[in-house]
Amino acid sequence: MKRFIGFIKKEFYHISRDKRSLFILFGMPIVQVLLFGFAITNEINKVDIAILDHSKDATTKEIINRIAASKYFSIKQFIHHETAIESAFKKGEVKAVLNFEKDFGKKMVTEDQATVQILADATDPNTANTISNYIRSILQTYTAEVNKNIQLAYQIEPKTHLAYNPTLKSVYMFVPGVMTVILMLVSAMMTSISITREKELGTMEVLLVSPLKPIQVIVGKVVPYVFLSIINAIIIVVLGIFVFQMPIQGNLFLLAAESVLFIINALSLGILISTIAATQQTAMMVSLMGLMLPVILLSGFIFPVSSMPTILQIISNIVPAKWFIIIIKGIMLKGVGLAYVWKETLILLGMTLFFIALSVKKYKIRLE
Amino acid sequence: MSITLRNISKSYGPAKALNDISFNVEQGELFGLIGPDGAGKTTLFRILTTLLIQEEGEATVAGYDVITDYKAIRNHVGYMPGKFSLYQDLTVEENLNFFATIFDTTIDENYDLIKDIYVQIEPFKNRKAGKLSGGMKQKLALSCALIHKPKVLFLDEPTTGVDPVSRKEFWEMLKRLQQKNITILVSTPYMDEAELCDRIALITDGQILEINTPHSIIDAFPKKIYNVRASETYRLIQDLESYPNTHSAYPFGEYVHFTSRHSNFSPEDLMTFLKGKQHTGIEIFETIPTIEDTFMELSNTNTLATNA
Repeated sequence: MKRFIGFIKKEFYHISRDKRSLFILFGMPIVQVLLFGFAITNEINKVDIAILDHSKDATTKEIINRIAASKYFSIKQFIHHETAIESAFKKGEVKAVLNFEKDFGKKMVTEDQATVQILADATDPNTANTISNYIRSILQTYTAEVNKNIQLAYQIEPKTHLAYNPTLKSVYMFVPGVMTVILMLVSAMMTSISITREKELGTMEVLLVSPLKPIQVIVGKVVPYVFLSIINAIIIVVLGIFVFQMPIQGNLFLLAAESVLFIINALSLGILISTIAATQQTAMMVSLMGLMLPVILLSGFIFPVSSMPTILQIISNIVPAKWFIIIIKGIMLKGVGLAYVWKETLILLGMTLFFIALSVKKYKIRLE
Repeated sequence: MSITLRNISKSYGPAKALNDISFNVEQGELFGLIGPDGAGKTTLFRILTTLLIQEEGEATVAGYDVITDYKAIRNHVGYMPGKFSLYQDLTVEENLNFFATIFDTTIDENYDLIKDIYVQIEPFKNRKAGKLSGGMKQKLALSCALIHKPKVLFLDEPTTGVDPVSRKEFWEMLKRLQQKNITILVSTPYMDEAELCDRIALITDGQILEINTPHSIIDAFPKKIYNVRASETYRLIQDLESYPNTHSAYPFGEYVHFTSRHSNFSPEDLMTFLKGKQHTGIEIFETIPTIEDTFMELSNTNTLATNA
């Protein structure tokens, strides 16, 4: 045990003296959370639109006012002819144009129906979709209010409730996602680099010719990074709560315990990488390419797994991050307990044990 | 018997690194492995320190088999690899403490063993190991390899890249350690260090050329050896090679060491030959053979034998 503690102490010396790694270790999560939280967003906010009003009556004026009053849109210009629509789009001045037909108000009363055309710039399909949905929703609210006193015979009125994230804030999705990416990357990369560094500098040779057991070296490498990664996880959650007002619905202890499990999983992957890689360079490349891409693309962090082709869905099952994202989204946003995520937890646990067993088995007790 | 090797062979792919090596090292002996780079010295060390597995043959260290009892060996040997292998970002004291801890001991417990060496670097104990000079690095590495009081000490080229004064000190330390009944196997490419060992093995291309005490090896040198000098050394060597009587001629310090094909060689004949080649400042006189001469002689005949 004394040997083991001595080894851990040495690891902490390495970490605390390597300023560059320390910077990556703690700078990266903060920068990433802030970047993802502020910059990358699916929400729309003060989108510039143009109005082409052929009727110019009280009804269209009322609708235009309502749109202008919402925080989602700002009316950039009024255009007066169809030919101007295209040039407005091409100049990139507006993202959408509302085209009211002639005699809009009159038709509404006399024919019970009037038409407004929504033209959206779909070079960015997600935004175009969101814009047209928001405008539609404003129009629906308006018609509902106008028809308030008229009793229709049959009518289906859908009332949508967006559970767990009523205002559709994308930061709710990014905080768990970024946490997963950071924990995976930092843990796996740092351990794999720290072990391959011993190989590269020749100190592994001396460690091998000592009574230290493989398991002592491996666990000794992991323990310091478990601590550091827990601190990282805390930083990310705290940033989410205080900077992005993200509520944590579930049990914090469960969240912590699941995070530790995932951290150990990532660390054991890092060790596995280091048993294959001979240099720090390779270890870093393998960690970046082999882990970062699957974690970002196949975990459901950005792209929903359910809409991927079947083959990718199958592959995504072996990405530990996928299961962790399901777990922490459940705990953070839905407030579920272990009863709802035990299956995912068990899968993570199984993967972790598998990686550790494989690393201990692959750890070389000799040089070749 | 502290170290035994019987018919050890090892190859990397088609290249034979060690070919049928056998020798014994006695308890408390200072044994030197002398040979150029690429001779197989490091491979031999790695087999004995249980880092590599030999393909053929058997070896024991402190009575333990290098393959089956590798764990026991790792408890009882000290190993200093050729490349500086301490933690550069840890201080002198932290390094020593670390190696003491992983061998389940403390600096205080075995301080008397390393005292002679450690006092010289103790003033710098708070300095990072990476910031030490070459000689001090080696002293620290030796202290770390000794801190658990090993029975056998393996030192792979401990003086390579170290200044002459530190080299001398280093060897004095080894002599003192030997008094404490520690068996030392040391390798070096420097022939002058060979004479400080109890016994040496001359090794080249994975084969042992000769094993004996340095004294006996020198005495067994079969020929008379001459120091030859002239003002143009390079042209001198070229001309000596074309001299019909030449057996060998290679630079040695400020002289060229020359041996003749025939035992009835007369220096005057060579003098005439060289004068005929317009050399000036010619000196020729007999000298005492060194380990290096033996090595050159043996490796020449060895190459001839293998080429034939």
